[in-house]
Amino acid sequence: MTTLKVNGREVSVDAAADTPLLWVLRDHLNLTGTKFGCGRALCGACTVHLDGEPVRACVTPLSAVGTRAITTIEGLSADRSHPVQRAWMEIDVPQCGYCQSGQIMSAAALLKRTPQPSDADIDAAMAGNICRCGTYPRIRRAIHRAAELAKVKP
Amino acid sequence: MSELDRREFLKGAVGAGGALLIALTLPACAKRGAGGAGAGAGGAAASGGPATLNAWLRIAADDSITVIVDRSEMGQGVYTALPMLLAEELEVPLERVRIEAAPVGAAYVNPGNGGQITGTSNSVQDAWEKLRMAGARARRALIAAAAQRFGVDPATCRAVDGRVVDGAGHSASYGELAALAATLVTDQPAALKAPADWKLIGKGLARTDTPAKVDGSAEFGIDVKLPGMLHATLLQSPVLGGAVGSLDAAAAEKLPGVRKVFAVDGGVVIVAEHFWQALAARSALKVTWKPGANAHLDDAAIRALLASAAAKDAGMEAHASGDAPAALKRAARVLRASYEVPLLAHATMEPMNCTADVNAQGCDLYVGTQVQQVSQETAAKALGIPAAQVRVHTTLLGGGFGRRLDVDFIPAAVLASKAVGAPVKLIWTREDDMTHDTYRPPARLELAAALAAGAGAGAGAGAGGGAAAGAVDAWSLHIVSPSVTARMFPPVKGVDDSVVEYAINFPYAVPNTRLTYTRQEIGIDCGYMRSVSHAQNCFAIECFMDELAAAAKRDPLEFRLSLLAAKPRHARVLKEAAERAGWGHAPPGHHLGIALLQGYDTHIGQVAEISVEHGRLTVHKLTCVVDCGTRVNPRIVESQIEGGLVFGLSAALWGDINVKNGEVRQHNFDAYRVARIHEVPVLDVHILESTEAPGGIGEAAVPAVAPAIANALAAATGRRIRRLPLAAVGGLSV
Repeated sequence: MTTLKVNGREVSVDAAADTPLLWVLRDHLNLTGTKFGCGRALCGACTVHLDGEPVRACVTPLSAVGTRAITTIEGLSADRSHPVQRAWMEIDVPQCGYCQSGQIMSAAALLKRTPQPSDADIDAAMAGNICRCGTYPRIRRAIHRAAELAKVKP
Repeated sequence: MSELDRREFLKGAVGAGGALLIALTLPACAKRGAGGAGAGAGGAAASGGPATLNAWLRIAADDSITVIVDRSEMGQGVYTALPMLLAEELEVPLERVRIEAAPVGAAYVNPGNGGQITGTSNSVQDAWEKLRMAGARARRALIAAAAQRFGVDPATCRAVDGRVVDGAGHSASYGELAALAATLVTDQPAALKAPADWKLIGKGLARTDTPAKVDGSAEFGIDVKLPGMLHATLLQSPVLGGAVGSLDAAAAEKLPGVRKVFAVDGGVVIVAEHFWQALAARSALKVTWKPGANAHLDDAAIRALLASAAAKDAGMEAHASGDAPAALKRAARVLRASYEVPLLAHATMEPMNCTADVNAQGCDLYVGTQVQQVSQETAAKALGIPAAQVRVHTTLLGGGFGRRLDVDFIPAAVLASKAVGAPVKLIWTREDDMTHDTYRPPARLELAAALAAGAGAGAGAGAGGGAAAGAVDAWSLHIVSPSVTARMFPPVKGVDDSVVEYAINFPYAVPNTRLTYTRQEIGIDCGYMRSVSHAQNCFAIECFMDELAAAAKRDPLEFRLSLLAAKPRHARVLKEAAERAGWGHAPPGHHLGIALLQGYDTHIGQVAEISVEHGRLTVHKLTCVVDCGTRVNPRIVESQIEGGLVFGLSAALWGDINVKNGEVRQHNFDAYRVARIHEVPVLDVHILESTEAPGGIGEAAVPAVAPAIANALAAATGRRIRRLPLAAVGGLSV
């Protein structure tokens, strides 16, 4: 059994040490908001935070997580109140929506370290997240909007 | 189901069809339809449950309103636009409506596609009259019920915001009236609201599916979880079309969590307690393959097949006007060119998957699909049970793009559930998905055109010698490609409509035209991909138009407009796109290319602004002007156009599936490049106001991207690239 700290709660998981965090979250903990896209850290759909840093859960083995706090899309806020989520809704970013958990987690991590990102900052932080629906222009707008929203607490 | 409900269903299926049996593009599906499991909403008013007012609407006593959406939500916005149509006439705000995916049912057949099918960008077009009428009839029944209850003349009652009120102070909610109203629904056409009275249609309302897509709660097929469910993966023949030769599963079966390993058609299924265990066991399998007929298939062989067919076969005639062959023969000046497009992968972000629960009642199928009936029949056939015993539960689709019109990921899931006696979720890896797609077919397009005498610069009305006094006297296009429809919905008599799109509506005024098609299969399965043959035909036609303009020493925009005098909608989008993009005034070092598309009853003009420096191509801006008729939700229209441009950009610059010895060489997103955020140029999307009927918007923006960029490239470099993708074929870095 491995003990993990997920979205502020301690949980125990019975999975092999080489199991990617992605499948631990999805299959063992039923946190299916984190998506499987490529399995090789090429698309970003599985992005979660470990101690606030964005990582690709599909290539992060359970054994490498250690005591770091895991935040998934389900734990970003209890009520879609995170500025990134609010901006995403305001601008209606998602189309199919499948990549959006990963996009949102990458964007939230960006805003945490760079509260007022430039377009170049956005390019650098978001280039690892593929969206086949092509919501990129709206993602960019929504990140700028989230930066504004974050300045004023709800 | 009550007799009334059944009548409503049949009316929906047949009435909405009208001339459906002549208009079918997917004929085999027409026979499907009735006989679905739980066909429809199932009226339960008598037992105290929600009242069913028609196949798309249930209203419960607690005032909850459920709209059943019969098209699959894959990002194009049907879970918003379709309920808007019904809610408009029902007089309820959109946020009051709960959305439910339709089961298989006759009422849900899309006559434009000949089945319960989400495709061809026609969901709104199909629903436009049907769902507004469904809402209007329900409103009339609710008013009739209220009038009975109030003891007044229905004419004194009106529906407002989920209630019926009259002038005397009576008021009742829809929930209070629904059970009675369900008995008063009639088939008589109801009066639809005048556009001036619309409260929802035309408004950029927020999508109903967005909240669940920002908090992780949206349920895609891959997210389905059932009690006792096991997980499975499928190992498929590396060579497309190959079969299992021998299977040694001894080592795999000993691994933790593995429940079952068995061979199916074309591969091996591994069922385990968890997906990662199934993947680990898959790596431990010892399998030999019988490669089959594709053992030596590669890109060169595929291109040679199409070229050889183009040379040998005159093709079936899809359309002709005047006498193009004779006009070409007698012409003094004939231009000829061949264009080619490669195989493409859909690469939806959600890999193919299916969850099946084979049980005493048959089978429950949880799947992101664009074809509910075909999914039902595929599962039923795999199990050898009647189709009516398969219940299809449509989830959200993590991208469709036509990939989920195919059902090749269903049988193994169904067989796995049957084999282990438990629900099974079977997931393809990205590598499975990319190497076993049903690919966008390759095509070869051979064009010829005769420039009219005096077609050159300054040629005005009356200057030409041809019947239309235009710049071009004759035009012919011979398309050679596999037929997706012939594979999926055989038999196809004559020319498959889905290979001649845009070309069949060739918009330019040319007196002698001929369009022909040769079907040439390539040995691997090809499928419909977003914008289907509009993409390849638009690429060839719009590039060749620029070649003709250049030969005539005319400006590409002015040349096109001179041939579009009878096509005001076409001409307008081109002109407006050119104006917005600064046609004729490109910044220093930048070059513009233009292209037109008419498809899905939508008209699109596009301009690409590019630069090329030391072999490096930069796409700076795509300008796109759209006339799609009435916009049900302008915000969604704009999103779809933006997304279509990005999809078209990926295909234009990089999209290429390569085959070597029958195997696809691209396995993941490192080798199959798609646009990322920093690679997307400025997108200037402008949607024109219009009162025409709605056109389709999900696919229309894709096709013109490649020709607009290719035309800009020719303007920049003087070099015409006639094959996609532009980066690799043009030797350009992007």
